[in-house]
Amino acid sequence: MKPNVLKAGALKPNGLFRSGSTRVLPGFGLSMGISVTFISLVLLLPMTGLFGQLAGLSLAQYWAIITEGRVVASYMVTIGAAAVAALVNAVFGLLLAWVLVRYSFPGKRLLDALMDLPFALPTAVAGITLATLYASNGWMGRLLEPLGFQVAYTWVGIALAMAFTSIPFVVRTVQPVLEDMPIEVDEAAMSLGATDGVAFRRVILPHLWPALVTGTGLAFVRSLGEFGAIIFIAGNMPYETEITALMIFVKLQEYDFAGASAIASVVLFVSLALLLAINIWQGRFIRRLHGGKG
Amino acid sequence: MSIRLQQISKHFGNTRALEPVNLDIHEGELVGLLGPSGSGKTTLLRIIAGLESADTHPRSGKILFGDRDVTHVHVRDRRIGFVFQHYALFRHMSVYENVAFGLKVMPRNRRPSTGEIRARVFRLLEMVKLEDFANRFPAQLSGGQQQRVSLARALAVKPDVLLLDEPFGALDAKVRQDLRRWLRRLHDELNFTSVFVTHDQEEALELSDRVVVMSNGKIEQIDTPETLYRHPANRFVFEFLGDVNHLEGKVQNGILTCGDARLDVDLPDGHEELLLRPHELRLIETPTAHAHLPVTVTATVPVGAEVRVELEADWLANPWLATIRHADFERLGLTRGQRLYVEPRRWHRFAQQSPRYSPSPSTA
Repeated sequence: MKPNVLKAGALKPNGLFRSGSTRVLPGFGLSMGISVTFISLVLLLPMTGLFGQLAGLSLAQYWAIITEGRVVASYMVTIGAAAVAALVNAVFGLLLAWVLVRYSFPGKRLLDALMDLPFALPTAVAGITLATLYASNGWMGRLLEPLGFQVAYTWVGIALAMAFTSIPFVVRTVQPVLEDMPIEVDEAAMSLGATDGVAFRRVILPHLWPALVTGTGLAFVRSLGEFGAIIFIAGNMPYETEITALMIFVKLQEYDFAGASAIASVVLFVSLALLLAINIWQGRFIRRLHGGKG
Repeated sequence: MSIRLQQISKHFGNTRALEPVNLDIHEGELVGLLGPSGSGKTTLLRIIAGLESADTHPRSGKILFGDRDVTHVHVRDRRIGFVFQHYALFRHMSVYENVAFGLKVMPRNRRPSTGEIRARVFRLLEMVKLEDFANRFPAQLSGGQQQRVSLARALAVKPDVLLLDEPFGALDAKVRQDLRRWLRRLHDELNFTSVFVTHDQEEALELSDRVVVMSNGKIEQIDTPETLYRHPANRFVFEFLGDVNHLEGKVQNGILTCGDARLDVDLPDGHEELLLRPHELRLIETPTAHAHLPVTVTATVPVGAEVRVELEADWLANPWLATIRHADFERLGLTRGQRLYVEPRRWHRFAQQSPRYSPSPSTA
């Protein structure tokens, strides 16, 4: 710590924002102002609206809404499917990132571009496509059904739709880290006698770990909120294949705005807590790699 | 362990990186591979390590460590230690874990016990003077310290040969000097066979028992630093090993002329190009009977034990560089713009057609 800097800041009433004379990088005031305004309009204002809706509920009412049996069942379905989707994506996203970074092959650019498709595609399109494919008379469904796998209208279908919409999060967070990792590190491990498996487990994976956890976490959080891609394939049977986002939608259709907000706030808190936890954990890990005290 | 390369060549696609190369490195020798970038020195080192495979077409060369044919042995089984230019440390592991890595990944039947590993790692850390840093992470160390960790890590597995790829290239001049001496001492102490790559002539000459000079995927000369400097095999080696001044002109009746410069040479008539080392030039106030080379001083820079003097003249395409002793510098009272004469103590000449021609250094 530098006590003298702190003291200088403390002497000025607006030490944090008024340091224009000592700051070398220009534009802090303007860029910070625009950022805060933008975040307020796009993020904070709608959220305030959400909490405004909640204000109409008593705590007991709030609790009753969010712990209603059908809603709780939807949490289970959503979280369970999202967890499976995130784990599947962690494995295959890592593999895809690996293939995209470490090898060169014809069509690599195309595959790279395809990775972003789930981001760009309207989720309803994805949902309808998946539902058609995996319905019992669809291309895939027809093959899987005789084997005893039912995908459409089960939680497997939900997980599949979630995995589809969230795979880019894993690929796109792991890819740059893998690109930054010098190939010599690999070679060093091998020259020391490590087999491919050992080198991957003890050298490469720990290196990618923070990015992989972040990407998987983002994929998980994204899956919690996914709606469009899932409702077409989920079947939406109460207590069985209803997701939380659908519960919010149902409340809205019943003009129960307060109820919808209550359920939405649960999703929001869970997502926020998870993102925050990942951020803190990752910060600690990265400090260690970059030479802080760890 | 001795290293023997027989007819090793390498193509990357259609570009030839290495012409068929033969090289014998004796047990306990410290050999430098020296050359400009693109000369194939790193490729050769990586082939020895097994990180790159040599051509198998049209025919396959051979790599022997002692009597062991390692041509087709994977890098992890070659028993080499490799030190990378940018250290390539495992950043998520402490210094201790980095050094212990090679021991910990050994198959169970060869792996030393935990206590033994600990003892060996600390012995190595002591050797590289980093025993107090065992629990630090690489990012908390300076470049020189990181390279020492990387060296300890490579030596931990008791490799047959130690290979270093521009080991000091990423470090600043002072640290580089220290590490160089330290590596030389370490080598003399432990007596392992090692090969290192460098593009720095001084480093190669100072550190190596023998230097392999390479250019364009070819070995130009393999010799001790002393021989290399005194008897370069060809013009490339001569020019690459130090600063060179050129004197080009027509020889008639044993006198080389170039503008108003004249120099007595013992050569047949014709066009000639002579090469002169900066320290082989003497600066004098009046021309001699043998040499009339008028020049103007354009810059003087005292560097260490000598003074570097830059010289220009109408008859010179490129300025000359002379290095003289401080005593001479003071005696002549050199200043910029001063007009002087050069008397070469020695000059060198290589046949023009063939850069691989044997040397004919002679005294003027």
